[in-house]
Amino acid sequence: MLRFIVLILLLALPLNAGEEIVADLSQSKVGISATFDGSDILIFGAISRDAPAPTDSPLHVVVSVSGPSEPVTIRRKDKRVGLIWVNSASVLIDNAPSFYSVATTAPLSDVLSDEDDHKYKVSIPNAIASIGAQIATGHAQEFTEALIRIRTDNNLYHVREGAVELMSDTLFRTSIDLPSNLTAGVYTARILITRDKNVVDIFETTLDIQKVGIERWLYNLAHDNAIYYGLMSLFIAIAAGWTASAVFSYFKR
Amino acid sequence: MQIYLPIAEISVNAFLLLGLGGMVGILSGMFGVGGGFLMTPLLFFIGIPPAVAVATEANQIVASSFSGVLAHFKRKTVDLKMGTVLLVGGLIGAYLGILLFNYLKSLGQVDLLVKLSYVVFLGIIGSLMFVESLNAIRRQKKTGTAAKRKKHNWIHNLPFKVKFRTSGLYISVIPPFLVGIFVGVLAAIMGVGGGFVMVPAMIYLIGMPTKVVIGTSLFQIIFVTAFTTMMHATTNYTVDIVLAVLLLVGGVIGAQIGTRIGVKMKAEQLRILLALMVLAVCGKLALDLLLQPSELYSIAAIGGH
Repeated sequence: MLRFIVLILLLALPLNAGEEIVADLSQSKVGISATFDGSDILIFGAISRDAPAPTDSPLHVVVSVSGPSEPVTIRRKDKRVGLIWVNSASVLIDNAPSFYSVATTAPLSDVLSDEDDHKYKVSIPNAIASIGAQIATGHAQEFTEALIRIRTDNNLYHVREGAVELMSDTLFRTSIDLPSNLTAGVYTARILITRDKNVVDIFETTLDIQKVGIERWLYNLAHDNAIYYGLMSLFIAIAAGWTASAVFSYFKR
Repeated sequence: MQIYLPIAEISVNAFLLLGLGGMVGILSGMFGVGGGFLMTPLLFFIGIPPAVAVATEANQIVASSFSGVLAHFKRKTVDLKMGTVLLVGGLIGAYLGILLFNYLKSLGQVDLLVKLSYVVFLGIIGSLMFVESLNAIRRQKKTGTAAKRKKHNWIHNLPFKVKFRTSGLYISVIPPFLVGIFVGVLAAIMGVGGGFVMVPAMIYLIGMPTKVVIGTSLFQIIFVTAFTTMMHATTNYTVDIVLAVLLLVGGVIGAQIGTRIGVKMKAEQLRILLALMVLAVCGKLALDLLLQPSELYSIAAIGGH
């Protein structure tokens, strides 16, 4: 146990070499209501220092927000019977974030070394492969690329290099655009500061995105009391059908 | 006005949905069809997940069929006995259809199943209707009278004969029972009422008089789609009530307008138009299967929904 604590301390030490992140989100909860049409989250903070800032290498900030991860299957269509396009090959990816947005002060390759990118799972491919993707087939790469491409097209994955504003090497801020097709869940916002492509400090906080009001009620009802939900749907349908018929025959007279 | 659909988990323009409901409502009022076969593909096109589109459309059809059947009950054009036979078959068929749907969903082939079913059935029905109405128009021009159906065929030699008083038929229960099963399967996998298959089958196969056909098929459709809705709601959690309400508000208003337009047109012209529309939807879906898609890959969540 003691050895474990020492190990943790040793690992933690280089991170806190005099610079520490203090940050917050403009809101820690986002409610998906009936009229939800996407939302912007402002992430801002400052770097507190024990000593004057080092001048030998520039400071960079990387901000990422990731949604709840879930396993996904990627399928590829192939031409079958020389005629129709059918889903054939598929690859299971153990865990892919439902949403992932990363913003930086400069191009990612200038900000973060490959090792640290891999270690802290910052870039999109690393964020996906992060939780032990066990991919059996040889073409796993194409499938992961397809996942990234589709989710980028759907505005669910983005990399915005240079979107973090850093003022006098101390204050930083960026806004993350949450699209309307969000999955509810607990999101993680993470801020890394780097110098000389190495991570100096990490700050993590959570962002709770939940359905609210009638959306929440309907969703929960549909999943927890599916029979009542189904009956309610039918009741509404029949009531609407009856009303339509009544109104129609009233106007006909 | 954007509205977030709680089950589909996407945000859609409410007026777009009202408009779609209205447009399909007009067509269904004009032609006396449920419109599910048009609405479900349209929902795919605007990005509603296919599983949600199919389940929600079943719920919407309950509303439009219920509204329609009341008028037929008033005119006493519902053959309850025949409807019950069709219904028993339909419930069995819907149950089998849901099993098939869920099995193919686990294989990732549900899209293919749904689209292939559409192409095959819309293609057959559309072509038959087109040829039939062309012939009818041609015959009318020659003789001035509508063609008569032949009265006797092999169907009259089957066992388990029952008297269907409202339809004025004494036939075996087997054909309507099988038609019911078939339509039930379609309702479950295609998210349609199945009127477009059942109505021709009732007229040409069972030989029912045209005036009781629509009411009886609506009677059957209400129960089969209600059952399908319940099955999808309890096994897949894919019925989106907000989507259903928006569609049926538009649909109800559209259907009234459509019925008025329909009255002013001739039956044969209507049938040709309907046939062309069925063929157009069929063609669009067939192209989707035949042409190379711009994105070959697709993502399916496991668990979740």
